[in-house]
Amino acid sequence: MEFFVIFMSALLVNNFVLSYFLGICPFVGVSNRLDSAFSMGMAVTFVMSLAAVVSWAIYNLVLVKYGLEFLEIVSFILVIASLVQLVEMFIRRMSPVLYQTLGIYLPLITTNCAILGVALLAVLKQYTFAETVVFSVGAGLGFTLAIVVMAGIREELDAADVPAPFRGAGITFITAGILALTFMGFSGLVR
Amino acid sequence: MKGEVSLGKEFTKGLWRENPVLVMLLGLCPTLAVTNSVKNALGMIGAVFFVLTCSSIMVSLIKKLVPPQVRIATYIVIIATFVTMADRFLAAYFPALSKALGPYVPLIVVNCIILGRQEAFASRHGVVASVADAVGMSLGFGIALMLLSSIREILGNGTWLGVPIVKGLFTPWQVMILPAGAFLALGVLVSMVRYFKNR
Repeated sequence: MEFFVIFMSALLVNNFVLSYFLGICPFVGVSNRLDSAFSMGMAVTFVMSLAAVVSWAIYNLVLVKYGLEFLEIVSFILVIASLVQLVEMFIRRMSPVLYQTLGIYLPLITTNCAILGVALLAVLKQYTFAETVVFSVGAGLGFTLAIVVMAGIREELDAADVPAPFRGAGITFITAGILALTFMGFSGLVR
Repeated sequence: MKGEVSLGKEFTKGLWRENPVLVMLLGLCPTLAVTNSVKNALGMIGAVFFVLTCSSIMVSLIKKLVPPQVRIATYIVIIATFVTMADRFLAAYFPALSKALGPYVPLIVVNCIILGRQEAFASRHGVVASVADAVGMSLGFGIALMLLSSIREILGNGTWLGVPIVKGLFTPWQVMILPAGAFLALGVLVSMVRYFKNR
C-alpha cells in the first residue's frame, strides 16, 4: 500500500514536470512531436531509475559510512554523467535499432535536472532501497505522461492561430500552466 | 584576452539583449520553482551569483591547463564544488531559507546558464572579462526572477517580500503561487519581452 502511495504521488500528484519543475528543458524542447516525446520519456525513465538506484547505493553504502555526506552533489553528478555514457555505449553495442530511437536523447539527459532531482529527493525523503526504485519509476513515467500529453496538445496547436509574440515558448508555457491546473485535480488522491 | 573585448558590453548584454532566462530560456527549473515568493527568489539569485562568478574566475584561470576532451567534466566538478559551498553556507546561516529552497540549491549544478557561460565565455576569455560576463548574466537572471516572483507574490498572496501591499483591493489569486501560476506568469512574461524586442 505504501509503495502504491509513493508511486501515485510521483506519477500524478507531485508530477516532476508540472509541480516540481524538473526536466523543463526537454519538456519544452522535445515536446513538438508525439513519437519523439515518447522516446524521450522512455529514455528518461530508464536512466532515472538506474541513476536513483546507483546514487542511493553510493549515498547510503559509501558516503554515510565514512561521514562524507557533503560530497553528495559532486558524487551524484559524476555518477550520473558516467552512467549516461555507459548506457549509451551499451545500447549502441547491443541494439542499434534502440540506439537510433533513444541515442540522440541520451547525451541531453546528463544535464536534465530531473535525473539529479530524483536522486537528491530520494535521499532527502530518506527512502529505503525498494521505495527509491518505486519512486524513480513513478517519477519517470510521470515525466513521460506529461511530455506525451504536451506533445499531443502541441501537434494540435500547430493548426491554431496563435498571436505572433506568443508563438513558440510563450504558448507552450501557458499550455503547461493549464495542464498543471488540471493535474491539481489529482491532489486529493494522496495525502 | 582575445581581440577587443568591451567590458561594458560583456556586462550589459546579459541584462536585456541576451537575458539568460527571458530571451535564451535557460535555467528554467529554478526560475519556475523558487519564484513563489520574493524572499526565496533572492536566496536563489544570491546562490547563482556566487556559483557563476566563482566558477567563471576558476575556469578562465585554468583554461590553458585543461585538455579539451575532459573540459565539460572539469567544469562540472568546479561548479559542483562551489554549489556545495553555497548549499552548506545556506544550511548553516539561513536554515529556514535553505529548507524552503530544498533540492533546488543542489540543482544549481545542472543549471544550464552556469555550464553554458563556462563553455561559451569563460573558457575563451581572460579573468576580468569573464567576471564582467558572469556578473551581468547573474544580474539578468536576478532581474527575471525578481520580475516573476514580484508578479506571483503580489497577485497570489497580496504581499511583496512579506509586506502586505494590496489590502482589500482584490482577493489574492491563490493559483499564482501554485505551480500552474508559475507557468502562466512565465508564458505571459516571455511573450511580452518578445513583443517589445521585435517592435
